[in-house]
Amino acid sequence: MRLTDLPLRQPAYVDMIDWSALSPAEGQRLREFGMCEGASVEALHHGGLWGRGPIACKVGRMTIAMRRAHAAAIEVRTGEVRTGEQDVAA
Amino acid sequence: MSGFPLVALVGNPNAGKSALFNALTGARQKLGNYPGVTVERKAGRLSLADGRPVELVDLPGTYSLSPGSPDEQVTRDVVLGRQAGEKLPDALVVVVDASNLDNHLRFALELIALGLPTVVALNMVDLATRDGLELDAAVLSRELGVPVIPTVAVRRRGLDHLRDALQQAMDGAGGMIRPSAPDRDFDALRLEARRVARAAIVRETPSRRLTSAVDRVLLHPVAGFLILLALLFVMFQAVFSWATAPADLLEGWVTALGEAVTATLPPGLVHDFLLQGVVGGVGAVIVFLPQILILFFFILMLEATGYMARAAFLMDALMARVGLSGRAFIPLLSSFACAVPGIMATRTIADPKDRLTTILIAPLMTCSARLPVYGLIIAAFIPARDVYEFGGGWGIGLQGLVLFALYVSGIVGAMLAAWALRLTVTRGQSGGFLMEMPKYQWPRPQDILIGLWQRAVIFLKRAGTIILATNIVLWVLASFPQAPEGRSQVEYSIAGRIASGIHVLVAPIGFNRDISLALLPTMAAREVAVSAIATVYAIDAGDDEDAVSQQLGDRLQGRWSLATALAFLAWFVFAPQCISTIAVTRRETNGWKWPLFMVGYLFVLAYAAAGLTYWTATAAGL
Repeated sequence: MRLTDLPLRQPAYVDMIDWSALSPAEGQRLREFGMCEGASVEALHHGGLWGRGPIACKVGRMTIAMRRAHAAAIEVRTGEVRTGEQDVAA
Repeated sequence: MSGFPLVALVGNPNAGKSALFNALTGARQKLGNYPGVTVERKAGRLSLADGRPVELVDLPGTYSLSPGSPDEQVTRDVVLGRQAGEKLPDALVVVVDASNLDNHLRFALELIALGLPTVVALNMVDLATRDGLELDAAVLSRELGVPVIPTVAVRRRGLDHLRDALQQAMDGAGGMIRPSAPDRDFDALRLEARRVARAAIVRETPSRRLTSAVDRVLLHPVAGFLILLALLFVMFQAVFSWATAPADLLEGWVTALGEAVTATLPPGLVHDFLLQGVVGGVGAVIVFLPQILILFFFILMLEATGYMARAAFLMDALMARVGLSGRAFIPLLSSFACAVPGIMATRTIADPKDRLTTILIAPLMTCSARLPVYGLIIAAFIPARDVYEFGGGWGIGLQGLVLFALYVSGIVGAMLAAWALRLTVTRGQSGGFLMEMPKYQWPRPQDILIGLWQRAVIFLKRAGTIILATNIVLWVLASFPQAPEGRSQVEYSIAGRIASGIHVLVAPIGFNRDISLALLPTMAAREVAVSAIATVYAIDAGDDEDAVSQQLGDRLQGRWSLATALAFLAWFVFAPQCISTIAVTRRETNGWKWPLFMVGYLFVLAYAAAGLTYWTATAAGL
């Protein structure tokens, strides 16, 4: 499922990121935020009065905000993080 | 630049770098700019354990050595020794957030690989402990190969250890080092960072979710938005209500100073110059310091607590509609204080077109320098009419309403301008919105005080230089050549003749000669409109005792029609000012093209707005 569809406060991890849907700069910034395949992720808040606002989510120990267009490029799986690729799981 | 060894403080944004910098250097800080870019250079003096002084420079926070915005570029260039106006640092202090090791260690590894003498400050260990995280600094130090010192900006001990470690690192460094960007692959660094973090974490219990719980309210689409609006409302209310008492006090001092000048100096040119040109002009601006400080107090608090990023989150959906990102909200909010720091704050916007659009509309936010002008005109024209037509109670409400309308006009104008610009000159893909949401923190009072102190110094310097100089030039131009008996001194003067030329252009929108005269010096600083008019009337009143003692507002009432006053206000909402804003735009955009465009479009807007206001008001019989 896409990060945009992930229910709030449901533990999940990143399955796949469609880097081609992001500009090189955006991709780099997301990586710097710790967003990578296998990272633990949790959607925290949806912004905007009409559901078109950004999404705030927790990646590892960091909370970041991104637009839906970015979140749609991130494929996630619910459940605990795969061992071996584990990020700091809170 | 001092002759002392240079130490650079580097780290991720939100690693607590600025608080550590303040704790290490105290209030002995120097603000400047790197040549060619508007990125602020913050430096201070630090004494090593043996008392040797070093210069500590606080570099902009960044996530890696691959810059995403202009300020991050400065950080990279300084640590590589490539930044103009800065020598290669003799050592680095790398600041990492103890509770976000995985992420921050990746950048730390990148910096350590440069080969400069390095000390890592394991910062905010208190917050990490609170969150149930226990770390072993010795293990971290062994894994990284550099000293690691646990620090909490408010505690002395860690800071002393940091000084010791820094001294040893600097003494141990041998020979010249030529750093180059490390060629390690991003993923390799990430995995290495995680391995090191794993090794250093002794114990970890699930983190508390205070920030997340607060965010549930503050980021709520409806409640959060209402809270943001309420905060802004309180902020603007405070700017006016809290400032009254200190402003009155300052005004009292300025008046006393003017009287002292009159009492000690014989009547003549020197007396007139000091009273009209210096005390009257600069004093009219100085009284405005409390309002600026209150506005900056709110902005500094919003930033230090971590709320500013939430405001950007809430505003993003709205800003997206005019083609901007939520990030633009932060510089635009700062522009209510002054467009110059506002435009400088746009350097955190990564997308060039988003950034350019934000720069171009920043001057439309009602900056604090417009307040004295609005205050003077509103006080002179709005209540007088009320007392005549509605009675006392109404006056205050109407004054506030006009002021509010002026702020709203600026905001609406800015949004429309952004929308139009995004469809034309800055057309293109929107840059998106990607932002870290820092943990909420209670700001340390000294950090806020240092920030306010720096703003106060900047403002007073401005009053003592640009504003003073403009007023002196204006006074000279308005005083010479001396008019023959029976003719107005100001009209006869050089300034008056220049004003006559401008008057031809602005007469259609209802501007009189006084305003024409004030328009030119207001380019130096908007507040000068008040002091310029004050100076001009003081010169014109000459030895006429009655006219001299008359209040500036009362004098305006006698000389300006209401339609003219309203047109003047409308002009001030949009007019391109001041020169500092234009200069900072030139530096930010690397050329004259965009500042000239900005001046042009704002002039057209201002002329149209003033004209429409004047013609409508005249037609309505005001």
